Amino acid sequence: MRYVQFMKHPLFSRFARISVIAGLALGGVGLLLFTLGISPVDIGVTLARGSILSLQKFGHVLTIWIPLLLCSCGLLFTFRAGLWNIGIEGQVVFGAIAATLLLREENLGLPAAATLILAHILSFIGGGLWAAFAGFLKNRGGVNEIFGGLGLNFVAQGLILWLILGPWKRAGVASMSGTEMFARELWLSTPPGWRLAPAALVIACIAFAATAVLLGATRFGLQIRATGINPTAARLFGIHPGRTGLLAMAIGGGLAGLAGGLQVSCVYHRLLPSISSGYGYLALLVVMLAHYRLRPVPAICLFFACLAAGSIQLPIVLKLDSSLAGVIQGACVVSALLVHGLQKRQRGEL
Amino acid sequence: MDPATFLAALVAMAAPLVLAALGETLTEKAGVVNLSLDGTILLGAMTGFVVASVTQSLLLGFLAAGLTGCLVAALVAVIGVWLGQSQVAVGFALTFLCRDLAYFLGNPYARQQGPQLATLPVPLLADLPFFGTVFFTHSFIVYLSFLATPCCIYFLYHTRHGLTLRAAGENPEGCWARGIDPNTVRFLATLAGGAMAGLAGAAFSLAVKPGWGHPQGCEGIGWIALALVIFGSWHPLRVAAGAYFFGLLQLLGIAFQDSFPGIPGQIFQVAPFPLMIFTLILIHLSRNTKNRYFAGFVRLFGSPPPRGLGRPYRRP
Amino acid sequence: MIELANISKNFGKVQALQGVSLSAEAGSIHGIVGENGAGKSTLMKILTGFTSRSGGEILCRGKKISLDRPSDAMRFGIGMLYQEPLDFPQLSVLENFMAGEAAFAPGQARADLARLAAAFGFVFHPDNRVETLTVGERQQLELLRLIHGGARLLILDEPTTGISERQQEQLFAALRRLKADGAAILLVSHKLEEIDSLCDTVTVLRHGRVAAAMRCPFDRQALLQAMFDSLPERLSPPQTATGKEPVVEFDRVVVTVGRAGLHEATITVRTGEVVGLAGMDGSGQAVFLKIAGGFLPPESGQIRRFGRTLPNGCGCSRDVAFLPADRLAEGLLPGMTLREHHILAARGHIFLSAATGLAGSRRAIDDFNIKGHPETTAEELSGGNQQRLLLSLIPDEVRLILMENPTRGLDVQSADWTWQQLHRRKAEDGAIIFASPDLEEIMAQATRVVVFYDGRIILDTPTAATDYHEISRAITGEAGTTGPSDEVGRSGLLPD
Repeated sequence: MRYVQFMKHPLFSRFARISVIAGLALGGVGLLLFTLGISPVDIGVTLARGSILSLQKFGHVLTIWIPLLLCSCGLLFTFRAGLWNIGIEGQVVFGAIAATLLLREENLGLPAAATLILAHILSFIGGGLWAAFAGFLKNRGGVNEIFGGLGLNFVAQGLILWLILGPWKRAGVASMSGTEMFARELWLSTPPGWRLAPAALVIACIAFAATAVLLGATRFGLQIRATGINPTAARLFGIHPGRTGLLAMAIGGGLAGLAGGLQVSCVYHRLLPSISSGYGYLALLVVMLAHYRLRPVPAICLFFACLAAGSIQLPIVLKLDSSLAGVIQGACVVSALLVHGLQKRQRGEL
Repeated sequence: MDPATFLAALVAMAAPLVLAALGETLTEKAGVVNLSLDGTILLGAMTGFVVASVTQSLLLGFLAAGLTGCLVAALVAVIGVWLGQSQVAVGFALTFLCRDLAYFLGNPYARQQGPQLATLPVPLLADLPFFGTVFFTHSFIVYLSFLATPCCIYFLYHTRHGLTLRAAGENPEGCWARGIDPNTVRFLATLAGGAMAGLAGAAFSLAVKPGWGHPQGCEGIGWIALALVIFGSWHPLRVAAGAYFFGLLQLLGIAFQDSFPGIPGQIFQVAPFPLMIFTLILIHLSRNTKNRYFAGFVRLFGSPPPRGLGRPYRRP
Repeated sequence: MIELANISKNFGKVQALQGVSLSAEAGSIHGIVGENGAGKSTLMKILTGFTSRSGGEILCRGKKISLDRPSDAMRFGIGMLYQEPLDFPQLSVLENFMAGEAAFAPGQARADLARLAAAFGFVFHPDNRVETLTVGERQQLELLRLIHGGARLLILDEPTTGISERQQEQLFAALRRLKADGAAILLVSHKLEEIDSLCDTVTVLRHGRVAAAMRCPFDRQALLQAMFDSLPERLSPPQTATGKEPVVEFDRVVVTVGRAGLHEATITVRTGEVVGLAGMDGSGQAVFLKIAGGFLPPESGQIRRFGRTLPNGCGCSRDVAFLPADRLAEGLLPGMTLREHHILAARGHIFLSAATGLAGSRRAIDDFNIKGHPETTAEELSGGNQQRLLLSLIPDEVRLILMENPTRGLDVQSADWTWQQLHRRKAEDGAIIFASPDLEEIMAQATRVVVFYDGRIILDTPTAATDYHEISRAITGEAGTTGPSDEVGRSGLLPD
């Protein structure tokens, strides 16, 4: 009896669920590797060496962690409002474009610091507007946010290509390798020996804290949640579901745009066609694995960032494709969905 | 380029897209969104190429690709239909899982010579002027894509199972009341759609863009197929027409590259998506308008989605 | 043909049916009547295999059968016409006619449809989409489909709600004809006129039990008495302190939402009134409340609240509170705690901590006697406690309270207590409008009774000037004031 009681404790059940999900995903991938004649242990060691076992590599992990965390925070807003913001990828791209708009101007007549601050504000606004457009299409045009967002992703991708190959091309040559580098003083400053700008790390942490406060400790957060849970009932509380959803989209898109702006200002220092590096989509996987909760997000972001950074070593050390990281990430999310579904069935909700 | 060669290239290029988009049409008509299409196609392309390379049998390659598509679709159906989780979530996660799995598993076979589907000119018909070149000098998978549209239409609108499938997508409760289990229908429709997407992948790696690599060259096709299903508003004929239209845009993009260097060819890749959004807006407006002419006009080109699309069915 | 013996059904602790027995003979029409929630629908769903039964037996031609799923029922020739037709709106008439049949023969089906339609005097264009049809036409189509599928026992659930007079006549003619052909028919209805003119036998259900079984000709008085709980003629008469100022004014408001919609409703509710809306489920009360609350814009007509016309007829404001019937699905936020509900309902509180609103929530829980604590989530509460929570969420400045089934799921004491609270809450310059399936409640609490029948206001009178019998007659459509139905087929398919 004691034993059963113990198993019913919420802490235990949560821990049990996490281990079942992880076991299922990692076991599955391990089995696959084993049948291919690859030692999962080698893989594990290589991934760890490439991510957390050296300070320099860990800096690289953090450069991935920052945009991933920003995008995940944005998605928490939209998921709380019951919206599936698949358009986040385009919002990252749009934020990057908005920041570049300012950073590539040479004679703005503003001090560099002011330009940088303005550029990041502009990237927030850019991403927010792009997301709000998807929300507007949903509210007024009856376009589901999934299909609308997906479409706008590709439109943003087309736009960035056009900009890089057209109006913003490097002097003389149009090349997929991106625009001209920005002036040196417009790079977000990185101390010698660092891989990342401390300012970016601070921005990401502030954004996470702000998300936690806004969603968890304000009336606005409650209103977003109410909209997502039950729009009909939300109206009885004087909440306007359409407007609240639009606002959630705008904030979520803004955070994604900020991620794009940081990619431009502190990682690449120019606009690239693949500026988003798929972090928007990856963030969707993060939030799904976190089961749309706030607390596990930083840890999962870190785990995913470690996988992404460590996998770069795979081709060098083991002659394997680096996409194994994506396999592990995807397997985690699919097994999480499977486990949640089975639990739902067990509870008799199906 | 003379018109006949141009059109022949067009139908050959659009063949995998037609297959994938029609497969997704079947799935969505039954009320399930299989968002994993992009990953399924890549995984199918990889499996098809590897199996065909290893066994030196193109047939086995295509079969393996179809089976792979089925397996992925089965995961979508089990989690999204029977376990009642969000179909969008599981489809999305599988898109990335399949894509990366394809790159990882296919890595040892990248940039290798492999078997390639030969063209099979149809005797007699291939000698027809113009039409012979356009329609009858292709590989078997292109002929399959020609057949897929009429077969799909026949199945959906002229057979009992097609009617049952549409009914399950329209109103699962009504289906249940008529003694049909909508979830079984949905499961099977998802499998069929997945198999077609897998075949489409093999059509890329074994015929249209032969070979395997990272990138393969068919990335993004799945998303386009998804957009085309909406653009064609869930009717096989319009969906197939959309696929050929997209092929045309791509070819024109290549053709105009020289004359208009200012417009990058990739812009044409993006064209289906604004069109898809525009279609959805038109359909939405036509349903809320009092203007009968406008509504009737839109009806010609588009119809609303199946009513049960994406909504899981729970037995009362 | 079909015999039900001792059928019982419970949903959790709720006993929906208890030892119900009835039999449907071939070549006869059997009526099933009863109040809302008497168990009619549950009984029919058991017969069609949609729901499983908890106990009892079903006999078909003397043999025990099991009905686990609708396909079983179809095999035994049982077919049902649901109140909300379970058809496929975007598919064509012909496809709807064929869906679910074992054979696929469009040509044959087209001919069969034409033959059957002609036999019953229905007109269909086989290639039109079903969504262009009226409810009556969709019903006719379902009827033909069931007959074509070989149904020998037809179950009809409130078939005449929301259909035109002419369609009703056609339906009755069809039913009589089917009866002559030897089919068994179960007619679920609350319209005594229909029961009178069609049925050979009738079973009255009340609170999940058989209250009476009668043969034609029926004694109406006895039927009514069996249907509704007998009541003392007058309960404590509520004081009528009707003020002058109008709170809500409806001016020829029309909507076509739901089965019956709302048909040219004109009514003025003044300050101080407590208006009870009576009628069978779906006769228009729910739609009326939604419009009054500003949650549904009218298609034509005007609404004024507190003397102001609502912009586009829609818009919620803080001086109106609405308590829906389906509390968890429409009124509360499952997954959110009581404290969070109270924070949302109150003003202020921009930033929240774990202690925000705790005191207020505790007070409300005490005041309204909710069995829970501030961190209980809404879905963990029982139905009665959910209702108390909804009551505790009504802001102080509210002048108009709209309610559906205010005391459903409450025991007598809590119901009394709820009403005390409501009367206390009702401001001098405010009003309460509530819909209830419970006539006793309406008679006891309302100062004015409005009865809905088929989307129309059929009776509107001060409670003091009416009695229990007049209201129950009005509910069953016997006020004698029903105007001629002027709904016509939207698609223009029906000949005049």
